[in-house]
Amino acid sequence: MTKFLDVHGINASYGDIPALMDVSLKVNEGEIIALIGPNGAGKTTLMRVIAGLHQPISGTVKLGETTLHTLAAYQIVEEGMILVPEGRRLFGGLSVLDNLELGAYARRARESRFRTLKRVFEVFPLLAERQNQRANTLSGGQQQMLAIGRALMGLPKLLLLDEPSLGLAPMIVENIFDVVKLMNNQGVTIFLVEQNAHQALELANRAYILEQGRIVGKGTGMELLHNHEVQQAYLGLAPAAN
Amino acid sequence: MSIESFAQTLVFGVFVGGIYGIAAMGLALVFGVLKMLNIAHGELLMLGGYATFWAFRTFGLDPFLSLGIAIPVLFLIGLLLDRTIYRHIVRQLGEEKIKNSLLVSFGLTLVIQNLAIWLFTADERTVQVNYTGGGLNLFGVAFPYARLISLAIALITTLVLSYFLHRTYPGKAILGTAEDFEAAELAGINIHRVYMMTFALGASLAAIAGTLVTVIYGISPSIGIVWTLKSLIVIVLAGTGSILGAFPAGILLGVVEAVSGAFIGSTYREVVGLVIFVLVLILRPEGLFARK
Repeated sequence: MTKFLDVHGINASYGDIPALMDVSLKVNEGEIIALIGPNGAGKTTLMRVIAGLHQPISGTVKLGETTLHTLAAYQIVEEGMILVPEGRRLFGGLSVLDNLELGAYARRARESRFRTLKRVFEVFPLLAERQNQRANTLSGGQQQMLAIGRALMGLPKLLLLDEPSLGLAPMIVENIFDVVKLMNNQGVTIFLVEQNAHQALELANRAYILEQGRIVGKGTGMELLHNHEVQQAYLGLAPAAN
Repeated sequence: MSIESFAQTLVFGVFVGGIYGIAAMGLALVFGVLKMLNIAHGELLMLGGYATFWAFRTFGLDPFLSLGIAIPVLFLIGLLLDRTIYRHIVRQLGEEKIKNSLLVSFGLTLVIQNLAIWLFTADERTVQVNYTGGGLNLFGVAFPYARLISLAIALITTLVLSYFLHRTYPGKAILGTAEDFEAAELAGINIHRVYMMTFALGASLAAIAGTLVTVIYGISPSIGIVWTLKSLIVIVLAGTGSILGAFPAGILLGVVEAVSGAFIGSTYREVVGLVIFVLVLILRPEGLFARK
């Protein structure tokens, strides 16, 4: 496995409030990596820094040999790393089809967009049925599918997903996670932020734990699932009686 | 009031309203996409009018054909203003952005206006073409050629812009950026390029409006602010964020002004427009033509 995404020593803040402190992590090609942690830990900020939406104070982000933290967000998309942001962030007034088309705006994805569209419709047949509907008339689950579909239109090598299960019914969450697995099988590396720690850890090869802006733990998905502290803090299991 | 003269009032209201619509559309486009209020939009309109006037005066070019000069000239001025001034404002967020855009564009209004006085003198200029006096007469209602052509240009402009925004890839990128600029960046759209092109497009629309104003009314360096205010009323009628809604909203304002001018006297025409502006803000702040 080759080193793929290399995040090193990231410090970031919102105004005077520090959000991330010396965060380093690595994602190897072909992996599914999960980042778990409580609300307000800085998970979304880290995703925004990696995607080029938030300027870090210091630290580096590299994808392979390419330095990303000096690039604008749209240039990072051009390198093949695409973020599905928290809260979906669809173009609500535009049609499902327009949303998907815009997902392929990057030069590297534009030429093959009609072929890619067919593939996305195979993964999400529902989007094909509703292609002329306006995005903000879709249900929450459908919107999440569209958000992922839009990202796939950009032909990601590395897909970042920020809280894809947020606010969705368990059945639909499973559906979304199945798609993530499918994408991974087709060669897309996945970096996933989740509050839904149990499912995320089951899915992930490896995971990092972020608390109060710092990486406080890491391990394989299985290790963390069976780790006592993780169970207590994130998996809702009662502490074992001594 | 006879039926003929009432019909004539309505028809002239529509003619005037078409120009209101095009004047407001450029402002609405810039406001909807860049989220800045460009008070200098009326000055761009004025510059567009002068481009047409000088093309007419210097080369004897028909004022409607000289759109072929006025549009590219204002497009370039738009690019220049975006690169030198507005790109610094568009990076700011929220309230700061809107406040600074108001201050800076108001300052720019004074600069452009004084520059125009210096370059073109404060004289009012008009263009006279051989079809200026002519027109159709249907059932006792006059349809002057110049006004018919102006309305047709306004309508065609609206349709072309609608096609561009909803059917072409760069147009959709503009609408996407207007909806959510971060989501647009994540889709691989260079939003600062979109902002630049949109601003230049807004200036081009001002050039079209300025040309129509020059043909119908004539032009002087001081007309800018009047058209900015009219455009603001139209934008509120249409609903902020509704770009193409500016056209029907403009027509509506034109007709209401014309009818109220005929019934309660032309002194109160402007007042009626402002009363509607306030009423819409109170009763239907999302605008009359906004999609929701």
